[in-house]
Amino acid sequence: MESVLGRYKNLIVLVCVLFAQVLGLAVQVKRTTDTESSRLIRIWAVDSVTPFEKVLNWMHNSSWNIWHNYFYLRGVRAENRGLKAEIERLRLEQIRLNEDAAQARRLQALFAFKEQFISQTKPAQVIGSSGSEQSRAIYIDKGESDGLKPDMAVITADGIVGKVLKVFHSTSQVLLIDDQSSGVGGILEKSRLQGIVRGTRSGEVVLEHIMSDNPVQPGEVVRTSGGDRIFPKGLPVGAVSQVASGPDLFLTIRVRPAANLSKLEEVLVVTKLVEQEPTQLESGSVRAADILAQRLPSVPDKPPAADPSKAGAGEAAKPSAPAASKPAKPAGVSNAPNTNAANPPKPDEKVPPRPQAQASPARAASPSSLTGGLTATAPSALKPATEKGPAPPPVKVVDPTPSAPKPKPAAPLANAPTPTQDGPQ
Amino acid sequence: MPITYTSGEQVEVYRFNWPITIGVPATALFLQAWLPRHLSFFAMLDLPLLVTIFFGISRRNPVSGLLTGSIIGVFQDALTSLPIGINGIAKTVVGYGASSLGVKLDVENAGARLLVTLVFCVAHKIVYFMVARGLVNLSMQWSWPHELWAAFINAIVGVFLFFALDRFKQRT
Repeated sequence: MESVLGRYKNLIVLVCVLFAQVLGLAVQVKRTTDTESSRLIRIWAVDSVTPFEKVLNWMHNSSWNIWHNYFYLRGVRAENRGLKAEIERLRLEQIRLNEDAAQARRLQALFAFKEQFISQTKPAQVIGSSGSEQSRAIYIDKGESDGLKPDMAVITADGIVGKVLKVFHSTSQVLLIDDQSSGVGGILEKSRLQGIVRGTRSGEVVLEHIMSDNPVQPGEVVRTSGGDRIFPKGLPVGAVSQVASGPDLFLTIRVRPAANLSKLEEVLVVTKLVEQEPTQLESGSVRAADILAQRLPSVPDKPPAADPSKAGAGEAAKPSAPAASKPAKPAGVSNAPNTNAANPPKPDEKVPPRPQAQASPARAASPSSLTGGLTATAPSALKPATEKGPAPPPVKVVDPTPSAPKPKPAAPLANAPTPTQDGPQ
Repeated sequence: MPITYTSGEQVEVYRFNWPITIGVPATALFLQAWLPRHLSFFAMLDLPLLVTIFFGISRRNPVSGLLTGSIIGVFQDALTSLPIGINGIAKTVVGYGASSLGVKLDVENAGARLLVTLVFCVAHKIVYFMVARGLVNLSMQWSWPHELWAAFINAIVGVFLFFALDRFKQRT
């Protein structure tokens, strides 16, 4: 017996080691959640690798910053000029988007939709990867001690990156959207078709479950649908790069990720999402005609006194008349909008949102007088939120502009909590 | 003579001191996790596998080889999002095979090392694929051109790596 054991000692050890690992695999596969049995080994491995990665990353970033911030400043002036022009362009675009957002909020409030807002993010630096072609995951330098939890969304300014998969003390593992085990609810921006964004074995990103009879064009933007309850709705995922017929009734849609997943440096972890019903900040006196008036070209402004016959209509929307233009206070909103230029709010002061649809007298008066019956024709289901049911929740918004003497378009997501970044900066 | 068939008594058996035994695999694991982030090409390399093969054919002890492969593989798995054990099983088999081969063959020159590393890289991929598909039910795709190309690249790097690590060998 001993001779047999001695002769096949190597083979017996091999079989035992393999059996132990197969058993361990079986346990892990059977349990869908992260098992405590394997967590200890992961902690050891991550804790032994990530400190060195952090140090190297810090050295790399420091040398890079010294070079680029103090020595290599060629083209900075030209870039500055370009950025200023870009800011101007974006400001104009923001005005347009604010109008659309205000309208969307009004409609959402009418139907009592619930919205998700990114309330808080945590900046993190990418320090390493899983080092395997089969597992597309990265490591970031924030972990449990920074408030991170599994299934938090990870994004960049360009688009979504992935979700937090495993959280350790000071690091976290992020599963990228091009990993074959990842899945994100996606929606095509134009056609509004919904599917699931998945990674493939080769590291590509595809949009699945779109029927082949639907027209999908290359270049169409894919956004998050919010259906996965991880990513808030509307974040950019990527753009359709290729559309082909799949083996079944579905299309094979390849998506080029908006974020450059192979060159990630800094990411944002969405640590807090707020879900609330959008509030209708305007009073019930805001009519569809007033909204329409904002969008239609109008005659130049005239003094209200010049046309006494329209005094009644003009008074309702006169911005200088506080009683008419001031929105009805939602419950909890304690102050009227601060339009007093003599007492501008401080930059860090929390002020209530401005009225979102303040039309000029001329703009508001003339179309509404022509289409005065428009508000009356609205069905009862389309009552403003202030008239139906409970009052909206109290919301205070930080207004970054110190003074607002003239009516401006509403700030984006004025009724949403302002996203904040906490962290090292 | 690239590969020499020898008896167990004729071949040299090497050992390594503890810092090298721990430090080299740890460095390989670290570089495997760190380099692909900066150079995506490195994701094709499998430095822990090369270290497993090197220790296996140098020590020429099957038990030591399979345990080295097992530990390196398990730690490599721990850094991925996949269940722990896939790389562990594959590298256990490779460590056992490399050390068993080392007992029979003297693999000291570059050509022999290239060939042996190439074969073990392909063998590692096959075992990995079988475990991932059969036990974990991962959807993996086998592509001979890709696997052969990756094995060839690993073998080339392995030749240089083995010569670099040769200086840490200690005769028993």
